[in-house]
Amino acid sequence: MSTAPVSHRRASTLRGASLPKWSPWAIAVGSVAVAAGIGLGAGLDSKVQWGLIAAILFVLGTYAIAARVEGRRQAKDRVATSLVWVCFIVAVVPLASLIWETVKRGVKVFDVYFLTHSMGVVADTQPGGGIYHAIIGTLEQVAIATLIAVPIGVLTAIYLVEYGRGKLAKAVTFFVDVMTGIPSIVAGLFILSFWILILDMGYSGFAGSLALSILMMPVVVRSTEEMLKLVPNELREASLALGIPKWRTILKVVLPTSIGGITTGVMLAVARITGETAPVLLLVWGTSVINDNPFSDPQASLPLYIYQQYANSAGSGAAYDRAWAAALALIAFVMILNLAARGIARWKAPKTGR
Amino acid sequence: MDISTQNAEAPPPTPQPSAAVLKSASRGATRPGDRIFLGLSRGSGIFLLAIMAAIAAFLTYRAALAISKDHGNFLTTFEWNTSLEPATFGIAVLAFGTVVSALIAMVLAVPVAVGIALFITHYAPRRLGGTIAYVIDLLAAVPSIVYGLWGALVLVPHMDGLFGWLDHYFGWTGIFEWQGGAPRSMLTVGILLAIMILPIITNVSREVFRQVPQMHEEAALALGATRWEVIRMSVLPFGRSGVISASMLGLGRALGETMAVATVLSPTFDINASLLDPGGGTFAQNIASKFSEATPLGQDALIASGLVLFVITLLVNGAARVIINRRKEYSGANA
Amino acid sequence: MTPTLARRHLDGGSWKELPKVKLQRKNRLRALSLGAVAVSGALALTACGSDDTGKSNGGGSSASASNNSAIKCDDAKGQLQASGSSAQKNAIDAWVAQFKAACSSVQINYNPTGSGAGITAFTQGQTAFAGSDSPLKPEEATAAKKACGGNAAIDLPMVGGPIAIGYNLDGVDNLTLDASTLAKIFDGKITTWNDKAIAKLNPDAKLPSTKIQAFHRSDESGTTDNFTKYLKAVAPSDWKYSGGKAWQAKGGQSAQGSSGLAQQVKQVPGAISYFELSYAADGINTVDLKTDAATPVKATVENATKAIATAKVAGTGNDLALSLNYKPTEEGAYPLTLVTYEIVCEKGNKADTLAATKSFLTYIASEDGQKLLTDAKYAPIPDEIITKVRSTISSLS
Repeated sequence: MSTAPVSHRRASTLRGASLPKWSPWAIAVGSVAVAAGIGLGAGLDSKVQWGLIAAILFVLGTYAIAARVEGRRQAKDRVATSLVWVCFIVAVVPLASLIWETVKRGVKVFDVYFLTHSMGVVADTQPGGGIYHAIIGTLEQVAIATLIAVPIGVLTAIYLVEYGRGKLAKAVTFFVDVMTGIPSIVAGLFILSFWILILDMGYSGFAGSLALSILMMPVVVRSTEEMLKLVPNELREASLALGIPKWRTILKVVLPTSIGGITTGVMLAVARITGETAPVLLLVWGTSVINDNPFSDPQASLPLYIYQQYANSAGSGAAYDRAWAAALALIAFVMILNLAARGIARWKAPKTGR
Repeated sequence: MDISTQNAEAPPPTPQPSAAVLKSASRGATRPGDRIFLGLSRGSGIFLLAIMAAIAAFLTYRAALAISKDHGNFLTTFEWNTSLEPATFGIAVLAFGTVVSALIAMVLAVPVAVGIALFITHYAPRRLGGTIAYVIDLLAAVPSIVYGLWGALVLVPHMDGLFGWLDHYFGWTGIFEWQGGAPRSMLTVGILLAIMILPIITNVSREVFRQVPQMHEEAALALGATRWEVIRMSVLPFGRSGVISASMLGLGRALGETMAVATVLSPTFDINASLLDPGGGTFAQNIASKFSEATPLGQDALIASGLVLFVITLLVNGAARVIINRRKEYSGANA
Repeated sequence: MTPTLARRHLDGGSWKELPKVKLQRKNRLRALSLGAVAVSGALALTACGSDDTGKSNGGGSSASASNNSAIKCDDAKGQLQASGSSAQKNAIDAWVAQFKAACSSVQINYNPTGSGAGITAFTQGQTAFAGSDSPLKPEEATAAKKACGGNAAIDLPMVGGPIAIGYNLDGVDNLTLDASTLAKIFDGKITTWNDKAIAKLNPDAKLPSTKIQAFHRSDESGTTDNFTKYLKAVAPSDWKYSGGKAWQAKGGQSAQGSSGLAQQVKQVPGAISYFELSYAADGINTVDLKTDAATPVKATVENATKAIATAKVAGTGNDLALSLNYKPTEEGAYPLTLVTYEIVCEKGNKADTLAATKSFLTYIASEDGQKLLTDAKYAPIPDEIITKVRSTISSLS
């Protein structure tokens, strides 16, 4: 506590004076009214400006009134509270709009037929067709990429946090940083020249998964690393002091404690690669018919499908509708995945105070 | 996790003084289980290193091919013509656009994201906080192509008002001057990128704020600190390294974002002081836009530009590492 | 959090009594069952989907269903991969729908990756043929020989189409421009719609003083290539740039892909841009071009066909690369066109896809195949040239 000690306040009782609960609402109504008055008086026609003025008045008003009644520290607290609320509201508007627009435009063609049929021979400009082939492709590619990347990523993070000393750890940290900067198309190109040109394999879902796992690994490492670091040393020490081997300590104490954060990190990574278009275009290549086998022949994928429907639509409404519906499906897919991961994390994680 | 069962029947270790346990454990290779586990995790690290080395070698090789044939100056030329004789291309405009758009995105997104993370962990009623956290998790997973669709079809048509307002009141600064073209400039891209990376930064920050030892907070509260003081004195210092790391994740995405930028930006091979008029492009957008029609030399040139993006990301990440390391004493981190 | 967790471990007494092993087993069981659910879910998923055969929609497929007799499947089967120009994607879609109905054993997968990427994939031996908006360049031809076992790769003109100039100008439904004015507009020399040069060509139009917002492609494209080639050929004094797939003039605004440009023209007042005619849908007005003929020419499929009919074959041997005539004097010939080629090996095509390739190309070059183009807003290739294409296809091996 570096600020002024509590005793500086000249309160006669143990509780300082405090504003009634309804006061923020009152100040809000007041500032909106004043802002409207200023707006009308100055002839400002933009409602956004009215809103801005109201917001500024609200913050200033809160600070002034609270500083008077409750003291400066309480006033700062109230301003911080309102700023945090403002942050939340500011962020909610575009994000809500994104979801709203996707749902609104996506439901037009979103039905069972759409989910269970591929594009087949339906031209991009015609209505009809579906995303079944793309769903299969995305599921398989992402699953394979995750299977490759998560063990490697988590183990690397464990190495860095629990064992990592010396040059190797430094080098790995450095290159993980470098890897986060790989443009996805570059990862795609690398696999293209390695897998397709040097090893002479064809386009396939698996080739795409390889590129996706390259993109996924650094994200998993970085977030896992951060979460492992947050596990208090006392826990490790307590476990080690009981004579439990280090590897069991890691598996039984360190990982469960941070499993929630690790899952979030993995989800973020999965989310990142689920939406990748460029490497998929290069390696998986896209097709309009169903291909269940990720190890041979081109497959489709949802983001690629969305991109192609958008780009090759020749301006036809049917293609835009399909693009939005596929976007909706993609979001729903990620949502289900997310729910599952959260369930696992909750059930695995030790009970915490919060 | 198969190894765990293999060694489940291992004999109990002989009791040791705890200092020795810690020391031997930190060496890590005293028991077979430990040795295997260390081997596995070190192996993963080495594997990662090998991939990176291979990619780096591949990129450098192809970039060198391109740069040796560049007729202009690779760093300063304001042009990108790879299919002509002689090929002339340079990254100046791309570097400008990438850095500017990512900066705008960070300036807008980081404070708001930290605010939302605090809102979820410390301000909102618990159930509301959980719901919001879930929704934001979800938004982090919305693929960039969807943001691109939304940006081009919903956001851009709504930007006219803001642009007019900025031009009217702040046009004199030169930064916010607007010639009245379609509002598809660096500022729009910056705003879209900010919206895109907001959930990412929020997610990781939230997770970090949640890890703040409750005793720190309770101690502060017991001393009579207000909620804001608790946050400022115990939550923020503890979470700083995590927030920086989260921002770096976000910045990584902002720097490398391809599809959303390609659909929203109106790139030109020019630098414009105004953020509202067309000017500049970004590395990833340029690669995506030019790649499908590129000649072999053009592909090499694009890869060379990808290498520069690499270096930029590296510098940014390096800076973040330095900050994190310096702050370690506050964070309670162990590494 | 700290105390709770620590206590859990400490309270267990000696480490032996910790229920770890049991936990492990339980978790494994759960993980196994989860995996089983995931696998069976995936299996269930794979079992319930089917390809859309196009029967559910009345679209273009019903129009010429009787013409399927023109398609000879022979012994063609398997997957046929092809990629390239996105400009001909809709034409290929229409053809594939017909072809698939007749030869269900062949799956044709045309990927509109762009001409350059299409040629690259072809050179790498990944595809059976490539679609390109411009003929092979010498260095590309050399590279392509590798994929053809040392034989030459040839250009077969298959799809023609007008490039329309779309604009968005309130109250002006008809607009005539010539190459030199277009060049000046896209080079930023003419900046307002009521400029004298425009007014002179449109004496009857009420031109507003709106600023001109000229949009070009931000990605490299064959459409840009053909548009700038036209400007350079017809108005060399106003268009000093050398042309090519990348836009070279300074200034102006840009957007990704033809769909991006069409969308901008729809959204932005005062906008003007160029794209394939099929994108000029939903109320986008297109510019009439003033040529050497007496009256300005509308951007239509018929008018483009007339212009393409005056093209000459520039390739040698079986290579049928065309040189387009940008200054036709015929009435109603729309000179701003784009021709898409299919690139195949003259000899040395891959044995397993040769039959399918030949069968498909034979169909699209046939009279029925070419007839289908007009429905999809493309222009067929003139008779004289398409006859040569047909004989070349029949000799492919």
